[in-house]
Amino acid sequence: MNRHIAFKDTQREIHNFRLRLALSIGFVLLLLSILLARFVYLQVVQQNHYQTLAEKNRISIMPIAPSRGLIFDRNGVILAQNYSAYTLEITSSKVADLKTTIDELAKLIDIQPRDRKRFKRLLANNRKFESLPIRSRLTDGEVARFSVQRYRFPGVELKARLFREYPYHEQISHLLGYVGRINERDIAQLEKDEIDANYRGSDYIGRTGIEQSYERELHGKTGFQQVEVDADGREVRVLSRTPPVSGSNLILTIDAKLQEVAEQAFGNYRGALVAIDPSNGEVLAFVSKPGYDPNLFIEGIDQQSWDELNNSPDLPLNNRALRGQYPPGSTIKPFMALAGLHYNMRTPGYTISDPGYFTLPGSSRRYRDWKKAGHGNVDLFKSIVVSCDTYYYGLATELGIDSIHSFFSEFGFGKKTGIDMKGEVSGLMPSQEWKQKRHKKKWYVGDTVSVGVGQGYSLVTPLQLAYATATLANDGVAYRPHLLKEVQSSHTSEKQILGANIDFSLNLNSEHFALVKSAMVAVTQTGGTAAMAGAGASYAFAGKTGTAQVIGIKQGEEYIESKVQKRYRDHAWFMAFAPFDQPKIALAVLVENGGHGGSIAAPIARKVFDYFLLGKMAQPLLKMDEGEEGIEND
Amino acid sequence: MIRRRLYQSFVVHLDPVLLALLGLLLLISLAVIYSASGGNWSRVSAQMTSMLVACVALWIVANMPLHYLMRAAVPAYLLGMVLLIAVAFFGEITNGARRWLNVGVTTIQPSELMRIAVPLMMAWYFEKHEAMLTLKNYFVATLLLLLPVVLIARQPDLGTSIMIAASGFYVLFLAGISWRIMLTFLVIIMASMPLAWSMLHDYQRLRIMMLLDPAQDPLGRGYHTIQAIIAVGSGGMFGKGYLNGTQTHLEFLPERTTDFIFAVYSEEFGLLGNLILLSLYLLVIARGFVITANASTYFTRLMAGSITLTFFTYVFVNIGMVSGILPVVGVPLPLISHGGTSMVILLIGFGMLMSIHTHKKLVQT
Repeated sequence: MNRHIAFKDTQREIHNFRLRLALSIGFVLLLLSILLARFVYLQVVQQNHYQTLAEKNRISIMPIAPSRGLIFDRNGVILAQNYSAYTLEITSSKVADLKTTIDELAKLIDIQPRDRKRFKRLLANNRKFESLPIRSRLTDGEVARFSVQRYRFPGVELKARLFREYPYHEQISHLLGYVGRINERDIAQLEKDEIDANYRGSDYIGRTGIEQSYERELHGKTGFQQVEVDADGREVRVLSRTPPVSGSNLILTIDAKLQEVAEQAFGNYRGALVAIDPSNGEVLAFVSKPGYDPNLFIEGIDQQSWDELNNSPDLPLNNRALRGQYPPGSTIKPFMALAGLHYNMRTPGYTISDPGYFTLPGSSRRYRDWKKAGHGNVDLFKSIVVSCDTYYYGLATELGIDSIHSFFSEFGFGKKTGIDMKGEVSGLMPSQEWKQKRHKKKWYVGDTVSVGVGQGYSLVTPLQLAYATATLANDGVAYRPHLLKEVQSSHTSEKQILGANIDFSLNLNSEHFALVKSAMVAVTQTGGTAAMAGAGASYAFAGKTGTAQVIGIKQGEEYIESKVQKRYRDHAWFMAFAPFDQPKIALAVLVENGGHGGSIAAPIARKVFDYFLLGKMAQPLLKMDEGEEGIEND
Repeated sequence: MIRRRLYQSFVVHLDPVLLALLGLLLLISLAVIYSASGGNWSRVSAQMTSMLVACVALWIVANMPLHYLMRAAVPAYLLGMVLLIAVAFFGEITNGARRWLNVGVTTIQPSELMRIAVPLMMAWYFEKHEAMLTLKNYFVATLLLLLPVVLIARQPDLGTSIMIAASGFYVLFLAGISWRIMLTFLVIIMASMPLAWSMLHDYQRLRIMMLLDPAQDPLGRGYHTIQAIIAVGSGGMFGKGYLNGTQTHLEFLPERTTDFIFAVYSEEFGLLGNLILLSLYLLVIARGFVITANASTYFTRLMAGSITLTFFTYVFVNIGMVSGILPVVGVPLPLISHGGTSMVILLIGFGMLMSIHTHKKLVQT
């Protein structure tokens, strides 16, 4: 019985299978005939059409580059703009003899040896069927002369193009960055990101700063048109056109005027300043001195200007605010004080007697205070006001490097702030682990002593210190620093406003903050290390001076500023926020080889505050006697 | 005498008809690659090397008795699944897709193994439950198919996952899945389209959108298709002649030696050449169907049918995509495109067909 059914099933199954196989064959034949029909359509019916497209290549698809988004400051002052001008472009693959052609062109149009050199470099970096500029910004006369003679120059074209321009030149350069011509390396990257299609027809791409970080927003969407071209590849007629979409305009958080005030306040000094609105993380000023003229880079910089910039001992191409790493010096003390209070190592009333130096138990090595005679009896408040080193040598050893490391890491030291600009560095907050890994050495207590006054291994960037200052001013609530305030779509009037982002929020005692902040106010008043900068201010502001050593001072040797070469003088720091009770602006200033924080860096901060809070330039400062100000080092 | 017997035992499991057809296609492959690469001998010799390796693989598989093949089904499938899951977690990312697995000495692409392992596993499963096939069996077989297909589609590798889905579907179809179930599946697939759409990567969506209108993005994704169609169309009746394709040699065509190689062939040999190529493919497929129809067991029928139909699907999808009636999904033209792995996998498939054909003969005689 079973057998019978199985047999019957097999028969039916084979029958079924044959049926399905026959259906499959039908399916194959049907699809193959579709392919065949398609071939006949393409290769017989439409053959002429495709023949034309392929062989004569008469119709070509031309990309239309979108115009790049503009960049404004927070008050609508324009920082990067476009202007339209004629350029003369050569497609080298279409030119028989390049040199003769350029020589002939030079009779009509002013072509300098510099232009030839630049063109040669462009030629080396690009494919030979690309159209490259030999001269830009032609005068009306030159345009007219060439137009009349253009039949003589196949492969040479006059094109109206948009150019980028940075009206502020050196100022704001590190912030804005610049665009440069797209080269083969960029193309490889764009292909990897699968966005190369959108760059057909584009000549420029953001290289550094905002121009690089917000390339996607600024660039826009490439349009295209189908054009009929003649045998020389010139457009005869436009058949269809899809317009490009311009890039979005960016409104930055920067106040251009404030930036200008800050840059001028530096005078001839090198350094950096970052000012942040503590209530939302908006960066108000972002200075790195000296700057460079970004306009030089747009068309490819010429050799001479490049050498000048690249070989200058002042390193004008370094973005010090973002990438400069310096020992924080005494600016670390308010944070150390907070750590001492937080870990119950210090009470506000605890007092030490400062003999002018500190020794570790069982060691004779003296860690000197910047004031030789010492500060006498010092409590936490006074330790900040007079910047007493001895107090912090002791505190640091008692806290230990592990506690210091974890407290400062939570405050954001030793890591990137996450600002919306590429290339940020992380600074360094040393730990036992780090030293073992980096230097293959164990951590010594002496290392901790140095860290306590911001020397030794620790490094911060001006941006990081400004961020920490803003967080301190805000009682531990940290808003991530950012440079972009608003994105405005250029074709719809759509606006995208970027809000404040809380990065982290520290759970510390508010009384501790109040104590440290009041001590920082005293720093800017009579008896404090920045008294000179605070004199005559109509608002109270909190600050802390600092000095970053450039060269080490040997045991028993003394640092005498006048005897040290200028390049080896200490860097001056000042961190501050104002007004004290309702902080609207927090900043960090670094002046390279500026000597001491109080006399060089603090007055710059004062000028920035005066302009920002009072809307005026700072009063000429009173000349103060020496002695009020100290040199801090261990 | 001994020499003759040696020779005979060497070729006894090979199918002369298939072998001749495959040989012709491989010769065409070398000629077209030479032209497409602009006379690059290293490309041609690389392809010859992979052909040699693939032929050895074909010979080995053809000489394996059927129960060997069946025994390999479960381990191969399980190994493939483990590797696919490993790829999902530890795979290396190249060009935005996670397809490769680094196993120390070399990197491997497990989805290639699955091209064979999935139909093998399904055919094995049906053979095992042949006596009494119920709805449940079809359901389990479908699950066996869907798991690897989803994993591969997520890598993302749309081309491979479609091809594996097709090969598995052919097994189901030939195993006699009822029309009603197929209709239900179809409805479910249609209904889940929106969900699938939301799971696709942007570039995959772009490719599908482009099928509807390649002119939409003529500078980017549509560029490949447009240039390929121009190449095919301008070939005309008799083609522009070997080594004379302007689209090819002026570098308008992308991926000339791999996925778009058919455009090169078609431009140079025209409609006539296309007819010849399609005829060769049709003969290979016809031979496959003959072997399928004569296969002696349930397992071998399913396997042979699936291999043949999958081969046809490769041909149709690739040529369809190059001539602009299907979206660009990254499927090579079988036996012609440059690429070692796909060559080896294809010839292993033909090795199986030969094994199915010749071992049955031995059993009978």
